[in-house]
Amino acid sequence: MRATLWITAAAIGLAGAATAQDSNSLSIDGEAMITEVAAPDHLENIDTIYSGWRFRSPETQALEVDDFDNPAFVFVEQAEDLWEQVDGSAEKSCASCHESVEEFAGLRAQLPRVENGELVTLEDLINRSRVEHMGAEPWKWSGGQMTAMTALIGVQSRGMPVEVAIDGDAAPFWEKGKDLYYTRVGQLDMACSNCHEDNYGVMIRADHLSQGQVNGFPTYRLKNAKLNSIHGRFKGCMKNIRATPFKEGGDEFKALELYIASRGQGLSVETPSVRN
Amino acid sequence: MRNALKLGFAMMLCASTATAGELKPMDVSFTDGAVETSLTGVAGDPATGRAVFANRKEGNCLACHTNSEIPEEGFHGEVGPPMDGVADRWTEAELRGIVSNSKNMFEGTIMPAFYIDSGYERPLDDFAGQSILTAQQVEDVVAYLMTLKEQ
Ligand code: HEC
Ligand code: HEC
Repeated sequence: MRATLWITAAAIGLAGAATAQDSNSLSIDGEAMITEVAAPDHLENIDTIYSGWRFRSPETQALEVDDFDNPAFVFVEQAEDLWEQVDGSAEKSCASCHESVEEFAGLRAQLPRVENGELVTLEDLINRSRVEHMGAEPWKWSGGQMTAMTALIGVQSRGMPVEVAIDGDAAPFWEKGKDLYYTRVGQLDMACSNCHEDNYGVMIRADHLSQGQVNGFPTYRLKNAKLNSIHGRFKGCMKNIRATPFKEGGDEFKALELYIASRGQGLSVETPSVRN
Repeated sequence: MRNALKLGFAMMLCASTATAGELKPMDVSFTDGAVETSLTGVAGDPATGRAVFANRKEGNCLACHTNSEIPEEGFHGEVGPPMDGVADRWTEAELRGIVSNSKNMFEGTIMPAFYIDSGYERPLDDFAGQSILTAQQVEDVVAYLMTLKEQ
């Protein structure tokens, strides 16, 4: 009896999931984005992966189609100014050492990656340059300058497929991230997988659950009218389940970022995307 | 000295919220996922239970369950089964078990346990050592669910 009930409930759930994400296709300023692709082999429970864009309302989706309408570009322009700004004891700007930000095309798609045994993210690389080459203070992980700069550097890779290394010296970090993804936390006792793998496509109160991909970060959220970092989003999701978040920029969130990036292998980098 | 004072104060606060005759989360006993005896010995109030069901800071059951008996709330989630006719499908004891700790009824479920105060990891400090709902709120929600009949 109980088993029958649950099977019925499961069948309803599946029927819902089949129409979960819409079938819209995304072109940004004429360039086609891959928002749906066969899941990478390492994903055991999902066949197809989707960009978070496919789960948003038509109004929110429209804001990403044209850079003129995309509110994130205000911040990309701020980062273009920061690029030229001299800061720190070496009296240098980014532009003193890098000919053009375009030289970073492809970088976003491959991060995080392991360098000398350490997992580094885009934020780490930016702050390393600030501290070591400019003699300047590191930027706050999710502060306005950092999210603007990660958007400017990220958009250079827009349209390129996410392609992070998960083998070799990246393997232990990836395993750790995978563990975290499936570990229940908080008073509500949930794992990332409970919402973004088991239930993507359905409504959780007013929110349409996506697969929780990171290919569009930093994202401009209409809710707070600013750019939001990957670790900031992780933190928000943990707080929602009443869990003490890990530290932004800490080992746990970096490992989780690598694992989640790998769940999106093949999706286009959509930086900077727009979300509600 | 100051610490001792603080401790005394904290204990007073606890004592004032726990009602006599109320079962502590660890003392609730489950049989096949169901809980036969009332957690408080005080009959649940369906009207309060209805409010707890909808309130985002209390049960927030609507986050995951549609319920056509609460049409005035705009957004109903679809993560779990609809609540319509739920009292036709489950007994009061089963519903008390499901709300208190649904993991005893549905292995590995996403549905939170509303009446446990330990066994979860890394809770935010504000919630550590506490259950999501009080014993009486569980009784109120169960009384409300018992009104959801279609037959
Ligand atoms: C209770 C459900 C729930 C849990 C558990 C949860 N999230 Fe989320 N998450 C959401 C909702 C709702 C959104 C906003 C809608 C969407 O994009 O899915 C979201 C959005 C996201 C996004 C942004 C996706 C985009 O395209 O903008 C990421 C990334 C994310 N979550 C990661 C995580 C990680 C990592 C965890 C675990 C630490 C986690 N989530 C746990 C509900 C949850
Ligand atoms: C995060 C999601 C979530 C929340 C919040 C939630 N539930 Fe559930 N609930 C579920 C799921 C999923 C099931 C199906 C059982 C399973 O997982 O196998 C379920 C099953 C049930 C059932 C059995 C329904 C049936 O017809 O078989 C009842 C009753 C129930 N929930 C009541 C509640 C009440 C009352 C609350 C709030 C106090 C609540 N739920 C909060 C997800 C949730």
